[in-house]
Amino acid sequence: MKVLVPVKRVVDYNVKVRVKTDNTGIETSGVKMSMNPFDEIAVEEAVRLKEKGVATEIVAISMGIPQCAETIRTALAMGADRGILVETDVDLQPLAVAKLLKAIADQEQPQLIILGKQAIDDDMSATGPMLAALLGWSQGTFASKLTVDGDTIIVTREVDGGLETVALNLPSIITTDLRLNEPRYASLPNIMKARKKTIDNKKPADLGVDPTPRLTVVRVDEPPKRKAGQKVGSVAELVSKLRTEAKVI
Amino acid sequence: MAVLVLLEFDASGIKQPSRSAVAAAQSLGDVHALVAGAGLADAAAAAAKLVGVAKVLTADAPALDHLMAEPMAALLVAMAPDYSHILAATTAVGKNILPRVAALLDVQPISDIAAVIDADTFVRPIYAGNGMATVKSSDAKKVITVRAASFDPVAAEGGSAPIEPVALGDLPGTSKFISAELSKSERPELTAARVVISGGRGMQNGANFALLEPIADKLGAAVGASRAAVDAGFVPNEFQVGQTGKIVAPELYIAVGISGAIQHLAGMKDSKVIVAINKDEEAPIFQVADYGLVADLFVALPELAAELERS
Repeated sequence: MKVLVPVKRVVDYNVKVRVKTDNTGIETSGVKMSMNPFDEIAVEEAVRLKEKGVATEIVAISMGIPQCAETIRTALAMGADRGILVETDVDLQPLAVAKLLKAIADQEQPQLIILGKQAIDDDMSATGPMLAALLGWSQGTFASKLTVDGDTIIVTREVDGGLETVALNLPSIITTDLRLNEPRYASLPNIMKARKKTIDNKKPADLGVDPTPRLTVVRVDEPPKRKAGQKVGSVAELVSKLRTEAKVI
Repeated sequence: MAVLVLLEFDASGIKQPSRSAVAAAQSLGDVHALVAGAGLADAAAAAAKLVGVAKVLTADAPALDHLMAEPMAALLVAMAPDYSHILAATTAVGKNILPRVAALLDVQPISDIAAVIDADTFVRPIYAGNGMATVKSSDAKKVITVRAASFDPVAAEGGSAPIEPVALGDLPGTSKFISAELSKSERPELTAARVVISGGRGMQNGANFALLEPIADKLGAAVGASRAAVDAGFVPNEFQVGQTGKIVAPELYIAVGISGAIQHLAGMKDSKVIVAINKDEEAPIFQVADYGLVADLFVALPELAAELERS
């Protein structure tokens, strides 16, 4: 089966992000960018399905400014077969991303689309279920294990009280949780090979989608800072302060 | 126009995050609360007692058992014309169902709100809570998940709302529930506990989490963990506190052997009082802790248990 894996270019998870001084957003200029960590897990899972002979072709998709092609190259170096870049300057929100991905899915006819459960920049955690809705497909979100069995996929999901296992009729949308796998590092030969793989360029208009954002960011503020606390010298002092000063025990 | 809140419940009643979602919804209009599933008499009665709920709607059908996203989204979309806002708590259930509803309504969802400014404008955390974005929606209808830690839950007792069944249309059957392995614990749920004690990589292994137990017993605390401890296999995933796990804001949060990675801080920094116990005095957790104890946790934890026992 064909598998699509959307990958997002985000501020690297190790970067300490700062709110811009004019409160219009987060400072991203000159900041290291990487593939969204949950999307790396999605690529890894697709590559493992191909290694098991379940997936036949993996298409990595990214959207945004031309540099998103680098994120696709990373996926290609991990083992994806080809890429699609939807190029636009518009601030893409999950609804627009889901519509663009639906248009690509209509053309590509995959049986499975694996996405990260959330992007670590906007923390929306929305695109996977939204894409499933637009396609009318089943969804297995927050997956920690998946097994394809004929035209069914068995998904173990991380839910609030523990784990839940569901059976989904294919085609399906999967979103990845942390424990699904540990993504590989691309080897140098595979990075070289990835340079020869093709990336198709498209525009939202080619896909018949109006990507205009529905949410306007009015302003972005620093979160309230916690006051610096105090060091205590002993367990006895700690318990005493929690009782008499903080009054929480 | 009224607002609709999807409630979650278990044998002990309406879950606390859902009661926080009702609290967030109150400023937006009359609150209608939906309970869905198979066999709802107790849940509907509990929902009717919530303070701030004007009407309880029940959707009782085998297809809705376990709140699978596909049929639940179809149900909520059918109910949507009567409501200006559709809300649920930011939980595994809310995050699974509400984006699906939003897409079917051609609406951009507003995830994990921490404040309501007006009917169109909300504050939500971005970048693991390192920024608080004020966003204004141009959609006619709003689909919203609510950060429970940011809203005081409405009282579970005191209301007396009428209960009505809703009409059930076609519910898709593309997914099937097979099983759940839910941890059985006598302790309060992480997101509802007054006190949380969490262990990190410094705990060294899963067996050492037993050192947290007597303290949790004494304080009536829930036990949590950092992502590092979960990834290392010390404890199951449902223990994880952080950006990608559970967001908690208890009265007292005790972080033991946790360095304080940004992604962990995002999950607990709204706690009223934070205590950190760590042998590394440079650990970033001390920058957010009200009380920091630089100590070997293997010495400090038994001492703490004994000290709490003493009085």
